[in-house]
Amino acid sequence: MPSLIDLMLEGRAVEQHRPWPRAVVDAAVWNFAARELAHGRWSLLGLWGEPTAVHMAIIDGQTAEIAVVSLDCPDRIYPSVGLHHPPALRLERSIRDLYGLSAEGLPDTRPWLDHDQWGVRFPLGGRIDAPPGAAPYRFLTAEGHGMHQIAVGPVHAGIIEPGHFRFTASGETVVRLEQRLGYTHKGIEGLMTGASLERAAKLAGRVSGDSTVAYAYAFSRAAEAALQLVVPDRAVWLRALLAELERLANHLGDIGAICNDASFSLMQAHCSVLRESVLRASHSAFGHRLLRDVIVPGGVARDISEEGAEAIQAALDNIRLRFPALIELYDNTASLQDRTVDTGVLTSALARQYAAGGTVGRASGRSFDARRSLAYPPYDSLRFEIPVLTEGDVNARVWIRVREVEQSLALIDQILSRLPPGPLGTHAAHRREPREGMAIVEGFRGDVLVWLRVHDGLIERCHLRDPSWFQWPLLEAVIENNIVADFPLCNKSFNCSYSGQDL
Amino acid sequence: MVVISDIIVQGLQMLLVLLMAPLLTGFVRKIKARLLRRQGASMFQPYRDLLRLLRKEVVLADNASWLFRVTPYLTFAAIWVAAALVPTFATGLLFNWTADLIAIVALLGSARFFLALAGMDVGTSFGGIGSSREVMIAALAEPAMLLIVFCMALVAGSTQLSTVANFMASSYVGLRVSLGMAIIALIMVALAENARIPVDNPATHLELTMVHEAMVLEYSGRHLAMIEFGAFLKLLLYVSLIACVFLPWNIALFGTGPLAYAVGAGAYIVKLAVAGFLLALFETATAKMRVFRVPQFLGAALMLGLLGTLLLFVSRSF
Repeated sequence: MPSLIDLMLEGRAVEQHRPWPRAVVDAAVWNFAARELAHGRWSLLGLWGEPTAVHMAIIDGQTAEIAVVSLDCPDRIYPSVGLHHPPALRLERSIRDLYGLSAEGLPDTRPWLDHDQWGVRFPLGGRIDAPPGAAPYRFLTAEGHGMHQIAVGPVHAGIIEPGHFRFTASGETVVRLEQRLGYTHKGIEGLMTGASLERAAKLAGRVSGDSTVAYAYAFSRAAEAALQLVVPDRAVWLRALLAELERLANHLGDIGAICNDASFSLMQAHCSVLRESVLRASHSAFGHRLLRDVIVPGGVARDISEEGAEAIQAALDNIRLRFPALIELYDNTASLQDRTVDTGVLTSALARQYAAGGTVGRASGRSFDARRSLAYPPYDSLRFEIPVLTEGDVNARVWIRVREVEQSLALIDQILSRLPPGPLGTHAAHRREPREGMAIVEGFRGDVLVWLRVHDGLIERCHLRDPSWFQWPLLEAVIENNIVADFPLCNKSFNCSYSGQDL
Repeated sequence: MVVISDIIVQGLQMLLVLLMAPLLTGFVRKIKARLLRRQGASMFQPYRDLLRLLRKEVVLADNASWLFRVTPYLTFAAIWVAAALVPTFATGLLFNWTADLIAIVALLGSARFFLALAGMDVGTSFGGIGSSREVMIAALAEPAMLLIVFCMALVAGSTQLSTVANFMASSYVGLRVSLGMAIIALIMVALAENARIPVDNPATHLELTMVHEAMVLEYSGRHLAMIEFGAFLKLLLYVSLIACVFLPWNIALFGTGPLAYAVGAGAYIVKLAVAGFLLALFETATAKMRVFRVPQFLGAALMLGLLGTLLLFVSRSF
């Protein structure tokens, strides 16, 4: 069985790519890698384009080795990975929409992000004027007696992000769900091109509002890897504190929101109070409720305020006091358990195939957590557990969140007690030659991947990959044979990002 | 003279239910909000909502038929008439003798029939989903309701609500197993009929889980006001029904004069408040059930009603 190192040796290694190797390969090796992905020996981490090249990040699940293979495609055509490995399908459709590179043999050639609203086609590649009157989007069909379609969204009855869901149902049972996303495409990768590091870090923090720390963290780590910056100790530890605060707040919100989707608003009321206490502590410690723009390349922008540590400690004490009773309530409410147990089961085979990160993967037996598997500092010197369950239902996803809340509480305690003194950041040395960096950071949804190339102090190309790319398709699989009315519950237990996916 | 006073008292009763209905819903919402540690909207918010909706423009789908436009008034009228038939503060009012409990069930059934048709009229998928779910629930709730009616009729010897209420208020009744079953079944049916948790969630924003709300999703303006008002009235009707049959204390007898009527009205308001509080408490402590559990839930109500009725055939003392 070949290892990723062998794969790297097959191509021409790119020198200035850190911390993991990147090699430019030919089509045969590219195809080989795609088939290995399909056989499940490796997992797909990301697939992104440039005007005349495509890159694919691969992880070996056993050794946690990571490598990037690149294929030059001057003819704007490359062999499809999605043909062998379905998780790449939407990524390849997006590459076509943004760069105009076609995947040869791609089974699904419909546009994904391009809703024919931009006025141009291939905005990051050829930039040609969009031809008027594009063909309407075709949804996949399901045939059979008594099937009917239900179109939901993109404008929903509640205040949530926009996305269109097309159900084909037989009575109440869902036969097929098809998602259509891309309504919140903001062109962030286009804005990144040519931006200064400072501006790019701000942009990264605005990809998805609830993951602003994770994105800024991943972007900063990628930039630091490219420029070989050494982040001072205090900043390293403060970043982990910020990341855990974000995780804590989001998980608390999610646990309540999942219960609310089963019309059990009592849990949400109490969980919202706890989430609010975390947000207020964050505000008093770092001056922003969602901790936006605190992490910058080279370190952190602000130190924790004097009363901040106490405020965080008080919030933690409050959660420790109240959270166990809420969990008991969740566990003991039979009507709620009846809704969550055995609803929306994600098989571990699918979770593995799609390399689903975060709570979705860990509730279905995939134990990947970037904090442990890749052990970036300071997590290499912190004590924590990665909860893993195998049931894969809504209940399991709730319990993973519950356990992670407990772990985050313990982690914040450790970080606060061991916070080293020292400076908060370093300045980037000016480098003329192009340099590339990549980073993976565990956000509350899963692993956020950022890859970038810096040239002359400016971003030449930056790709941000949300964990939701590999979770959204699984939601389509999970809802099959469930009833239509259980979809909100499944959807909320996944809680994928629209904004991060649409970019 | 007697006829005129009869009409006045009956008119007062109809006015009372009309005025109290939004308040009851507002009260339940307020209690629920307080139980969830929220401030909550004012108890009088439903009145403001109705006024707002009445003033707003009606948005109609292009293919909406006359049925769609007429249904809100039809359902409102049917529910209001049904509510006028249920004794609230006094028994034996003018209308009480014109129709019995079976007529009330029929009135509510026809209101729902038109609403379900209107839900499918425009042809949106949500209207269809809502109507099919509503009818599924109704198909199970109505037989259960009829069995409860039979059970009470066997005990009281009449399906006239005034007679039943007077009998229940008398000392002949005592504790009866069959009536215990009937009240539990009636509460279950009432929860389902009024689209409350655990069968439906009146406060949900999730369009895919809605039952009643999905059915009326296409309505707006004064049409929606009529439907909402109808829903408020229906909740009040069921609470009044449970109160007059199972808790008839202090209900005024016909012709006992204004003072007794005032005492009856006071007791009625207290009963409404207690029922509203219990409803809010129950809804806070329960999650909504899966759509396919509803038949089991209502099946239990049906069985309880049936058992209550059968027991009465075994012995009159049950």
